[in-house]
Amino acid sequence: MSKEYETVIGLEVHVELATKTKIFCGCSTAFGAEPNAHTCPVCTGMPGSLPVLNKQVVEYAMAVGIATNCDITQYSKFDRKNYFYPDNPQNYQISQLYLPICRNGYVEINGENGKKKVGIHEIHMEEDAGKLIHSEWDDCSMVDYNRSGVPLIEIVSEPDMRSADEVIAYLEKLRLIIQYLGASDCKLNEGSMRADVNLSVREVGAEKFGTRTEMKNLNSFKAIARAIENERQRQIDLIEDGEAVVQETRRWDDNKEYSYAMRSKEDAQDYRYFPEPDLVPIVISDEWIEQVKARQPELRDEKMTRYEADYKIPAYDADIITSSKKMADIFEEAVADGANPKKVSNYLMGETMRLLKDKSMDPDDITFSPANLAALIKLIDAGTINSSVAKEVFEKIFEEDIDPEKYVEENGLKMDNDEDGLRGIIEQVVADNPQSVQDYHNGKEKAIGFLVGQTMKATKGKANPGIINKILKELL
Amino acid sequence: MANVISDETIEYVGILAKLELNDEEKENAKKDMESMLDYIDKLNELDTTGVEPMSHVFPVNNVFREDVVTNGDDRENILKNAPEEQNGMFNVPKTFD
Amino acid sequence: MSLLDYTATQLAEKIKNHEVSVLDAVNAVLEQIDSKEDTYNCYVTVDREGALKKAEEVQKKIDSGELTGPLAGVPVAIKDNMCTEGLLTTCSSKILGNFVPTYTSEAVINLEKAGAVIIGKTNMDEFAMGSTTETSAYGPTKNPRNPEHVPGGSSGGSAAAVAANECFYALGSDTGGSIRQPAGYCGVVGMKPTYSTVSRYGLIAYGSSLDQIGPLCKDVKDCATILETIASYDPKDSTSVKRDDTDFTSALVDDVKGMKIGIPRDYLGEGLDSEVKDAILKAADVLKSKGAIVEEFDLGLVEYAIPAYYTIAAAEASSNLERFDGIKYGYRTEEYTDLHNMYKKTRSEGFGPEVKRRIMLGSFVLSSGYYDAYYLKALRVKALIKKAFDDAFAKYDVILGPVAPTTAPKLGESLSDPIKMYLGDIYTISINLAGLPGICLPCGVDSKGLPIGLQLIGDCFKEKNIIQTAYAYEQARGDIIKEG
Repeated sequence: MSKEYETVIGLEVHVELATKTKIFCGCSTAFGAEPNAHTCPVCTGMPGSLPVLNKQVVEYAMAVGIATNCDITQYSKFDRKNYFYPDNPQNYQISQLYLPICRNGYVEINGENGKKKVGIHEIHMEEDAGKLIHSEWDDCSMVDYNRSGVPLIEIVSEPDMRSADEVIAYLEKLRLIIQYLGASDCKLNEGSMRADVNLSVREVGAEKFGTRTEMKNLNSFKAIARAIENERQRQIDLIEDGEAVVQETRRWDDNKEYSYAMRSKEDAQDYRYFPEPDLVPIVISDEWIEQVKARQPELRDEKMTRYEADYKIPAYDADIITSSKKMADIFEEAVADGANPKKVSNYLMGETMRLLKDKSMDPDDITFSPANLAALIKLIDAGTINSSVAKEVFEKIFEEDIDPEKYVEENGLKMDNDEDGLRGIIEQVVADNPQSVQDYHNGKEKAIGFLVGQTMKATKGKANPGIINKILKELL
Repeated sequence: MANVISDETIEYVGILAKLELNDEEKENAKKDMESMLDYIDKLNELDTTGVEPMSHVFPVNNVFREDVVTNGDDRENILKNAPEEQNGMFNVPKTFD
Repeated sequence: MSLLDYTATQLAEKIKNHEVSVLDAVNAVLEQIDSKEDTYNCYVTVDREGALKKAEEVQKKIDSGELTGPLAGVPVAIKDNMCTEGLLTTCSSKILGNFVPTYTSEAVINLEKAGAVIIGKTNMDEFAMGSTTETSAYGPTKNPRNPEHVPGGSSGGSAAAVAANECFYALGSDTGGSIRQPAGYCGVVGMKPTYSTVSRYGLIAYGSSLDQIGPLCKDVKDCATILETIASYDPKDSTSVKRDDTDFTSALVDDVKGMKIGIPRDYLGEGLDSEVKDAILKAADVLKSKGAIVEEFDLGLVEYAIPAYYTIAAAEASSNLERFDGIKYGYRTEEYTDLHNMYKKTRSEGFGPEVKRRIMLGSFVLSSGYYDAYYLKALRVKALIKKAFDDAFAKYDVILGPVAPTTAPKLGESLSDPIKMYLGDIYTISINLAGLPGICLPCGVDSKGLPIGLQLIGDCFKEKNIIQTAYAYEQARGDIIKEG
């Protein structure tokens, strides 16, 4: 019988912070500029240039540390990590090794066996590298330093996770915390959140950890799940074959669904860290920590509790809405605009989710304004439009963020409440469908539905369904 | 105690420092480094137990910039000294991620 | 008296009074360069056109009353490790042989604002690593007092240019004595201010925690004036300190009554040339006769400064010089097989032997398994050395001693034995480790006619004590050195 193995996983998560400028210079962090348009002597490593720390980076790092139950290091420093690579213009990265800004935290996730804590070993601040573009036709690469110096925090977990599901739950948790803090948009596919997976296996019951590998280049939750399963199996196979797992960094190729070792003779992996002499220590007072705490926005758990209490929506709704900061923001704004909370919730959980799924979009990609959703709900509540029209109008809102009042007005979609007018139309429908009338009289209640539908069709969906029902019953 | 620097160590330091030495330079580098390390070992005569390593001489802390964009597009200047440039980027020998 | 014999502040005064035009001064310097440069090789780059153009601009501003400062219109030479926009900046290295910065170092900006006219960029030891200016990729500089001798280093070109009247003053940088020692060898005044006083922005780093920019000039008054001009708080340099006491010229007072001066016995012992020792003690006597309280004391730890310094400086340098890789600027090797081969060939061809030696040492002491034993140990010793100076400055206002064990050695004598060369830095190096200010001024000549330098060291942020002491000494000393 084959042995049973346990997978032990720790994560190194890099998050690009949502600052306006880079960590050590006044260059913009905005996306989409021409190559090297957002660079200066500092972030391209020109001789004689010097770094100056962006205060907002420290505050975002502190905010994430506080939200993940970390101790804030009150005397923190930067170190240089030395390695040669063209995306790293100084050939050293300014990072933190010896005194990272946050330590000893945790987040709580729903694990395989209920709630569990995943420990956070440390959070440190560092600078991002530039981007290498590989020329298809020439035997060369090109480097663009627009991303060089964009601030990152690296969140290093303890090896507390045991499955891909736990890893994803942990990442989701981090993502929501950081998004709610406004410290980053945390998009895996765009690289503003990147996770490296440290994985080892050991026999169930063993105390010692196995040799771990580090997996890089994981750009989606699916890739992470696949890479974990693949690496777990690779290590088990090695062990079963009596071979040793080599401690190394591997790169995941999600198209080919396999990983390969990133090793070369020139890769000594000896980073020669030492304190960065061009920067001074960061001393964080109790007062400063309190200030950051006081400015801390409401996080997800608090929001869920408040939604249930203040807006009287079910826990189920609150859970789904707060699973995205974007949705929660839309919910709150629409409600603040006077729309009924439960109805807003229904629209978000129902139609919105359906459309997102149809279009393979994320909640973060939503572009419609909460005010238009609120206006739509008010139109329904006022009986100005009926529900089938509402559905059509919402699609327009979702796609083009149209003003529903104007749209309904311009397209003549107001609900038809004219009883006399409708009576004439319904009389015609009844006359045209004797079979259905007969069925109804024979006790087939459903037949009335067909007649309602026919009436709707004749009124282009605008008729008030209540009035149709009332008149139909009279006529029949 | 006399330090001995092996061929492997010189090779390794060459990888770290990205320097390629010919055989003669290697021999010289070994000798230089051995004598420098012997000299540096003099520091071991001092008892530094309990002494905090001092990287900055002055207790200057918390020097920050505000998060305000101050730099505009300076591409031309940034690329001016590039040994090889292509499409507004620095040209480098082919890298494989 | 030739125009070239004026000190910088004297010249500025003459220009202000319209006795001399800026153009006259620039032309005089350029003529001197034409006649002397073949012998001395003080400059890597002479910016003839730029200087002539600038002379006109500055003259206009002086005439219009826009520029009234004490250095307006005075030609200056800049050490070639300070970036100057549009002007070649090589660090005397092949690897930066074609580097034309697009920005100017803050200290030079401060000079330009004060109406300085930059004549050119001076020769130096490659990346400031050396004590003789012989490690330059552009040939050694000769000592104008005797061209068979070195001018010292690493700011040898700056010191020699001042001594040879190829400029009226110069900027240098000092990581382990690189301003003070060449000032001593060339018989000029040189000063390293307290770390953090002059912005390092635009100074191509050697040892970031030790580097400071300072003046090389003809007398103490010039020295205080120049330092006052270049000192500034710079938000671009995180280690820059806001000071409200940079009115250094206010210390130009001929009075040392009651000034407590200590002479470390450790600075007078083995290795010190007897002629140098005599000259130093004579200078101490001069100060004593003017009312200073002078006594000898034991500073301690002196012999540990050099190994601590070379560990720290080499470690920082190995990292600082990683950016020279053939990608963004500077030299790139002609042929290579791949990325790492390009790195290695570029750097091996671009750097000279002394730079490679320090990069190798620095990479080694930071490498895995050695960091604690070497680098951290050196930082601990640095703390002890700082403490020794703190104790000394609890008792004394000024520490007095030689700047170097000997006068300038002959060309070619030093490089063969690096450790011997490093030992020459014994009196200057610990000042950088402790961040202290130090000034060097001539106090005599030896039997060969070579200048002897007196070093005065102050406590952190107490430049005024050493400026005042140097000024008082200079007044009593009178002229001792004539150009050889």
